[in-house]
Amino acid sequence: MSVRSNRVTMPKQDPAVRRRNFDEVALGFTYKQATAEASRCLNCRNKPCVSGCPVSVDIPGFIALIKEGKVEDAFAKIRETNSLPAICGRVCPQENQCEARCVLGKSGQPVAIGALERFVADYCREKDGTFARKAVKPIALTNRAKVAVVGSGPAGLTAAADLALLGYEVTVFESLHEFGGVLRYGIPEFRLPKAILDYEIDYIRSLGVRFVPDAIVGKTITTDDLTALGYRAVFIGTGAGLPYFLGIPGENLIGVYSANEYLTRSNLMKAYLFPEHETPIRRGKRVAVIGGGNVAIDSARTALRLGADEVFVVYRRSRAEMPARAEEIINAEEEGVTLVLLTSPVEIVGDDSGQVVALECIRNQLGEPDASGRRRPVPIEGSEYAIDVDTVIVAIGQGPNPLFTEATPSLLTDERGYIVVDADTGATNLNGFYAGGDIVTGAATVIAAMGAGRKAAKAIHRYLRSDSQ
Amino acid sequence: MTFGVEHRVVEKRNLADKIHLFKVVAPLVARRAKPGQFVIVRSHERAERIPLTIADSDPDNGTISLVVQEMGRGTAKIAEIGEGGKFAGIVGPLGRAGNIASVNKVVLIAGGVGVAPMLPYARAYHSSGAHVTTIVGAKTRDMLILLDEIESVSDVVMVSTDDGSLGVKGVVSDVLARLLADGERFDHAVCIGPAVMMKAVCGLTREAGIPTTVSLNPIMVDGTGMCGGCRVTVGGEIKFACVDGPGFDGHAVDFDELMSRQRFYEREERLSYDSYRTSKEGSHRCRLDQIG
Ligand SMILES: Cc1cc2nc3c(=O)[nH]c(=O)nc-3n(C[C@H](O)[C@H](O)[C@H](O)COP(=O)(O)OP(=O)(O)OC[C@H]3O[C@@H](n4cnc5c(N)ncnc54)[C@H](O)[C@@H]3O)c2cc1C
Ligand SMILES: Cc1cc2nc3c(=O)[nH]c(=O)nc-3n(C[C@H](O)[C@H](O)[C@H](O)COP(=O)(O)OP(=O)(O)OC[C@H]3O[C@@H](n4cnc5c(N)ncnc54)[C@H](O)[C@@H]3O)c2cc1C
Ligand code: SF4
Ligand code: FES
Repeated sequence: MSVRSNRVTMPKQDPAVRRRNFDEVALGFTYKQATAEASRCLNCRNKPCVSGCPVSVDIPGFIALIKEGKVEDAFAKIRETNSLPAICGRVCPQENQCEARCVLGKSGQPVAIGALERFVADYCREKDGTFARKAVKPIALTNRAKVAVVGSGPAGLTAAADLALLGYEVTVFESLHEFGGVLRYGIPEFRLPKAILDYEIDYIRSLGVRFVPDAIVGKTITTDDLTALGYRAVFIGTGAGLPYFLGIPGENLIGVYSANEYLTRSNLMKAYLFPEHETPIRRGKRVAVIGGGNVAIDSARTALRLGADEVFVVYRRSRAEMPARAEEIINAEEEGVTLVLLTSPVEIVGDDSGQVVALECIRNQLGEPDASGRRRPVPIEGSEYAIDVDTVIVAIGQGPNPLFTEATPSLLTDERGYIVVDADTGATNLNGFYAGGDIVTGAATVIAAMGAGRKAAKAIHRYLRSDSQ
Repeated sequence: MTFGVEHRVVEKRNLADKIHLFKVVAPLVARRAKPGQFVIVRSHERAERIPLTIADSDPDNGTISLVVQEMGRGTAKIAEIGEGGKFAGIVGPLGRAGNIASVNKVVLIAGGVGVAPMLPYARAYHSSGAHVTTIVGAKTRDMLILLDEIESVSDVVMVSTDDGSLGVKGVVSDVLARLLADGERFDHAVCIGPAVMMKAVCGLTREAGIPTTVSLNPIMVDGTGMCGGCRVTVGGEIKFACVDGPGFDGHAVDFDELMSRQRFYEREERLSYDSYRTSKEGSHRCRLDQIG
């Protein structure tokens, strides 16, 4: 059984090299590695892994097809429930989902399900650039009703693809000039190459979906306009991109960013290619990132790649509580990011010209569990100290994007501004309006957003059919 | 309503040295633009996103007017676009519409290229029936723009130039100070221009007890509330100028912080503009690799 106990490890770029480039870190399985890893799967009858997958991909089913050498069929199998496998294979937190439930994980290492998913998608994309188009059987435009999708993040993209496959005429409205939501402006190139995102969007376009950039629903056009234009249903996937700040002194000094601004400049605006791309970004030498999630880790690794000598991730609890993906924390440490745990910022210190020079911190100890079940950080009196930095990136979370909901006051939201929906269908209080993804749940995951988009697409289909009868 | 139309420049006029007016096709923006709102433009695919106030809009012809002053590489690239050329992208209208207070007597104070964003306010106040006094200022006579347009919607127009080549020698706040000293009273003031000028004007109007709206111009990226780069402190609270503004109560704004934050990229901007000008002059010397 020794074959089964050792997971095939995916090759990665050498940390000493990759810390200074924006190329993808994880290089993916070769065909041989993939079949070797696939052969570890026991093809369990009760499929425990599937119960951990938010969109119920038939995991043993597609892995069995890899074993048989039928990679294209494996791809079609994944696509039955997951429209963005190349992306999910890269960014899903498998360690908390499918892989956490894999029986092999009980006594050893679980099957590398994410790596296999990625392999299947990459193999098919590379083998035949148009394969994605052949793998699906587009249904003729039988349900010719028009549906609008607001926001092009994973929730919107999935809803759009599913509705197009059901035969609807779908238009995606996006406020930015490029599509993909967080996949475009948040997650960096070294984790998710934009060429892969472009490919997936091209695929959805090939299903007949129309994409309109620079179109803010609520500003550029209104929901009344959508109705007047004949859209019979609307899916709202506007995300949670409104950055929160700490509310400590010095937060508006020069050199302080929200993670969203920092990542948007680097990813969407390609400031890492300044001056060829014209948007500037500070190339800090000593950078502190505040927070412990994926957003914080992505910011820290971006800062390294922009030339920082030292990058500190300042997190108020301990490592075990960090919400970032375990794999990415390890990647970051290998690259030289320093974790400063059990530490909270109290003030950002500036010089006479308004430039950041230090981050004043206080150490914490863990106290009683709080509402989230995690032990509460309690400041240790007198433990204040300063870290010399020239750049501070605040990555402590985001709230709901306000533009759509503000312009649509009749839409029911909770006290924090998230849209209230029926859990089974994504239906809002307004007839024909559905919502899903981060704008409903708060910042969550790519796969959860996709799941919500898929569920809403099905509900919209039911709604439009009953509506037309 | 058609989506995806090209943003062609149908008219371009040089108003003064390095200041151009563009009339550009943007039907979706034109249809909904209100005074005080702005757009974000991309002149080409690798351009920075640059915020510009909507100086005028023509919903029937689907065009908007933008007045752009060349300040650095970004605005220089815009200035390169000629009649018949096009912008890669325009999004808007952004920001909240300016609140047109129902008042009897209003004073509008505009400095430099701020005259352009002031025009929609002047029109709105003029058509609301208010008595409109407009003070416009520039470095020198040749830099005064849109005077005819301002005159057509103002009851009184006063001019200042730094060098005294036209009107009062001095700055707009000097003119306002003199008016107030002479006993003129206004119910409301609107002030648009460089932060340092808005700060000076707000100092005067605060003392005189005149509620004052200012339009802030911090550095922006998305313009939709998603980056926080445009944050300003108003009344001790953080506001995002792109969604909460750009119009704010001038007496509550922390102008010193705004001016500081506007210098965030001073070094990058200078290098970027220098190399742009050097390359325009045909030399290949590039100093951008000094950024590190
Ligand atoms: C830096 C970062 C790293 C992350 N890493 C991971 C990871 O590794 N794994 C993982 O599973 N999850 C990760 N996440 C979380 C994940 O990306 C999100 O949960 C997911 O993208 C949410 O998808 P969405 O479709 O709901 O919204 P978004 O992806 O936020 O997309 C919303 C889109 O709607 C647009 N929009 C908003 N308002 C309007 C309007 N009025 N009109 C038109 N368009 C509008 C926005 O511009 C945006 O493009 C990460 C998030 C960030 C920020
Ligand atoms: C709401 C709003 C409305 C505006 N309306 C007009 C207008 O109608 N006409 C006009 O000529 N200018 C307007 N501006 C200012 C204009 O956006 C800047 O002059 C322009 O972005 C400078 O870019 P640059 O690359 O040419 O210059 P740079 O060399 O990059 O910078 C020159 C100055 O412009 C500021 N600036 C730089 N980048 C930005 C940015 N992305 N956003 C905002 N400011 C920036 C900097 O603080 C600096 O002081 C407006 C700004 C805002 C925020
Ligand atoms: S639980 Fe693990 S071993 Fe069992 S089917 Fe799923 S991936 Fe294969
Ligand atoms: S410009 Fe990004 S939040 Fe205002």
